[in-house]
Amino acid sequence: MREKSEKCVVTFRTTAGAMAMERSCKETGLPGRLIPVPRSITAGCGMCWAAPPDAREALEELVMARHLMIDGIYAIIL
Amino acid sequence: MIYLDNAATTRPKPPGVAEAVTAAMDGWGNCGRGVHPEALAAARTVYGLREKLAGLFGCQRPDHVCFTPNSTMALNIAISGLLEPEDHVISTDLEHNSVLRPLYRLERQGMGLDFAAADSRGQIDYDDFERLLRPNTRAVVCTHASNLTGDLVDIGRVGAFCHAHGLLFILDASQTAGVFPIDMERQHIDVVCFTGHKSLLGPQGTGGLCVREGVDIRPFAVGGTGVQSFLAAQPEEYPTRLEAGTLNSHGLAGLSAAVDFLLETGLDNIRAHETALARRFYEQVRDIPGVTVYGDHSKAERAPVVTLNIADADSGEVSDELAERFGIATRPGAHCAPRLHRALGTEDQGAVRFSWSYFNTEEETDAAAEAVRILAEE
Repeated sequence: MREKSEKCVVTFRTTAGAMAMERSCKETGLPGRLIPVPRSITAGCGMCWAAPPDAREALEELVMARHLMIDGIYAIIL
Repeated sequence: MIYLDNAATTRPKPPGVAEAVTAAMDGWGNCGRGVHPEALAAARTVYGLREKLAGLFGCQRPDHVCFTPNSTMALNIAISGLLEPEDHVISTDLEHNSVLRPLYRLERQGMGLDFAAADSRGQIDYDDFERLLRPNTRAVVCTHASNLTGDLVDIGRVGAFCHAHGLLFILDASQTAGVFPIDMERQHIDVVCFTGHKSLLGPQGTGGLCVREGVDIRPFAVGGTGVQSFLAAQPEEYPTRLEAGTLNSHGLAGLSAAVDFLLETGLDNIRAHETALARRFYEQVRDIPGVTVYGDHSKAERAPVVTLNIADADSGEVSDELAERFGIATRPGAHCAPRLHRALGTEDQGAVRFSWSYFNTEEETDAAAEAVRILAEE
């Protein structure tokens, strides 16, 4: 298994919400990718956006600016 | 075969549609089920299609574009999920059975139902909407264009009426989506129901509904969604709210390619080509002795449909002659539009419908008109 490190994880309630997040991150050049939701988080959608921890502020700003439909934002070791 | 049955389903499809379906079948996983690259490929294309259709219909939220197998299912979902037996609904005589039967079913449960009547020329009086209004009127459900005559409904006017009286406006865009402008905001439309395989030029088995934010439709089907699996009820969020079960993402891949073609070609260009062909045909057949053409052809803006009869000949026989002798595909009979056929007086005879798409030509159109002339002279 991969070496674990801290990640910023954004969760969603629908697949469409995850797709909108991915689209917005790619358009604005923010880092991260979609991964299966880790078991330590309770989330509606089975996929989440995982990014380096220092991207959290930019991701939160993006979510606000684009009215993205997210479930939660977490800092966890993955 | 000269294919002039495009109001039933368009044929051929644009270049790239069949290839997109094949590529999806060969390469994709299940949209929204899993996070591996092949599932994500499906999910990305399906979401991209939501964005494109939201743009096409003026829907403010791409995630409020929900997919169904066709517009009949979309209309069933909207009608049964928004209306109650104690409500009253206004519709029109132009409707297809995909609107009528869900409304009739609710009427049998006690819902009030009235229709703006079509006259013997198939025209409705817009003042009827005001006259039919009741204190418990909840919605107007109507088509954008008659699938029988091609006459358009002024949806801006109907939308303004709904907006003024606080009514829901559910639009059946089966005959117009992708060709005629539809703007949910400007025209005050709450739900647009569409099918993918007609004027949107996509595969059969695709369709959907665009839902205004704040309009909460009760789910028609509940079940697997790939999300919120431990919730006993169907998730409340759109589009999952109305999308139980695996989507037809293979078909939606084709629809996505078709919408790309529409947007690249331009709706105005497509509409101009189709309506010019229908007009060209109408001008050639209108004065043939014995030919009766239905609908209002004085208007330039109309769906590319010309429906006619030859004397009192059975429309099925005429359509069969056109197919067998002249290689021309048309649609005879009742076209699932019983109220308008009654208004036109064609309940017994039916009528022969010619309908165009972007891929028809002037030569095909002229050949069809000549075939009508020959049959009328016999």
